[in-house]
Amino acid sequence: MQALYAQLLVGLINGSFYALLSLGLAVIFGMLNIINFAHGALYMMGAFCAYFLLNLAGIGYWWALIIAPIVVGIFGMILERTMLQWLAGLDHLYGLLLTFGIALIVQGVFQNYFGSSGLPYAIPDYPQIGDWRGLQGGINLGFMFLPIYRGWVVIFSLVVCLATWFLIEKTQLGAYLRAATENPTLVRAFGINVPRMITLTYGLGVGLAALAGVLSAPINQVRPLMGADLIIVVFAVVVIGGMGSIMGSIITGFALGVIEGLTKYFYPEASNTVVFVLMVLVLLVKPTGLTGRAA
Amino acid sequence: MPDLKMAEATAKSAGAEVLSVSELQAWYGESHILHGVNFNVKAGEVVTLLGRNGAGKTTTLKSVMGIIGKRTGSIRFNGQDITRASSDRIARQGIAFCPEERGIFASLDVRENLLLPPVVRSGGLSLDQIFELFPNLKERLNSQGTKLSGGEQQMLAIARILRTGARFLMLDEPTEGLAPVIIQQIGHTIARLKSEGFTILLVEQNFRFASTVADRYYIVEHGKVIDGFANSELSANMDKLHTYLGV
Repeated sequence: MQALYAQLLVGLINGSFYALLSLGLAVIFGMLNIINFAHGALYMMGAFCAYFLLNLAGIGYWWALIIAPIVVGIFGMILERTMLQWLAGLDHLYGLLLTFGIALIVQGVFQNYFGSSGLPYAIPDYPQIGDWRGLQGGINLGFMFLPIYRGWVVIFSLVVCLATWFLIEKTQLGAYLRAATENPTLVRAFGINVPRMITLTYGLGVGLAALAGVLSAPINQVRPLMGADLIIVVFAVVVIGGMGSIMGSIITGFALGVIEGLTKYFYPEASNTVVFVLMVLVLLVKPTGLTGRAA
Repeated sequence: MPDLKMAEATAKSAGAEVLSVSELQAWYGESHILHGVNFNVKAGEVVTLLGRNGAGKTTTLKSVMGIIGKRTGSIRFNGQDITRASSDRIARQGIAFCPEERGIFASLDVRENLLLPPVVRSGGLSLDQIFELFPNLKERLNSQGTKLSGGEQQMLAIARILRTGARFLMLDEPTEGLAPVIIQQIGHTIARLKSEGFTILLVEQNFRFASTVADRYYIVEHGKVIDGFANSELSANMDKLHTYLGV
């Protein structure tokens, strides 16, 4: 049973990253109509940003959680202003190729300087209150041992996902965003600066990827190709969930992480392929994904 | 509010030009749609563009709104040149647009649709005033926007631009496809708005409806304004009108 719970936890953690990344992809796709293949590279940049902050400036994990998404988000907005905006109205293929190229360049640059092996990033050991040493250590839940950092990643990701959902589905800003996804021309004719909103949306999606990168750094180390490995699975998650829905991508992200974890326990041989098998099945039955609209 | 009305009343008696369009040309991609459109709208007027399908009426509205990519000539609004401004800047000058397809957002509920256009200046209608004009909307606030009937969608499309404080409204075929009783309600609404000092530029195919609300008409044909007359000259122009519209 211990092993089952452990795999469930691993599944939830992977699911957290799937959810954060596919959520960003969904937001970007909705607004920019671009399949952002650079998402994995931007996730990696988030982790590296945390690494640089710590090792070059002595700025620790908690600040990195805020600073890295902003820094990488700004980098994303520069990409959007200088390159992606010119693809508006063109076929999806152009955006996909451009962002794929950006991903290769960014990963190549980081690989050139840092090689392919991982750089360590420690779990934060502050604030220290009584016996607590930041997010280090673990708690015995009785039925299993829970490393605190892993529990933190799951809960914090869930909170960020739900906050993003709330922002988009329940606020005035979100209403602008949803309306502009449907009919940007009309929203602009109401007096809203839609191009600026598109840039900020891309920044938001990229910021979510960078945030996932920071969260992942203490678990998976900081590697130039950390995003390239993950993004393939995330795209499968997005295909299964469907591009159009915010809540859909959150739920699908967590659910597929858990399914992967369960497969690791019951039939480990299939754990690396189960997501892709599901993708094929979903594509056969419902090509727009479980919750998606036609693109 | 009283100050505003006074100001508009003065402007009206002075007959100040709110919108003046001259030698407007516009293109959809490669196709040249407008070939030199000239007309003006004075404060407090309801002006109607009449013409056959494809004559360029909608394109004229969209050009004023800045939605048509390529346009030349001159569009002046309250003395400001807006010919080359982006549509969000034009909206912020105080022009509100209600498109022919109504543009109700499916992913927004009625309340969100109603509150979507940002307030661009003070003096817009309050929600209570809007619900007084369109009582139906109040009961459907939580419905999905596109679940409304065609008439309710049209009311929503007009209602949401009344909140913004824009005093110049462009309505593109607001009666299209609607039942007579609803057309009548929209007619009353336009008359009411006019009496409150709104200036309205209307595009209509339904000439009988237009004649109940309009002060002046312009006839659009092949991307040009070819004629214009006041409502008082209507009977004298009936024969010409039949030829223009082919009815």
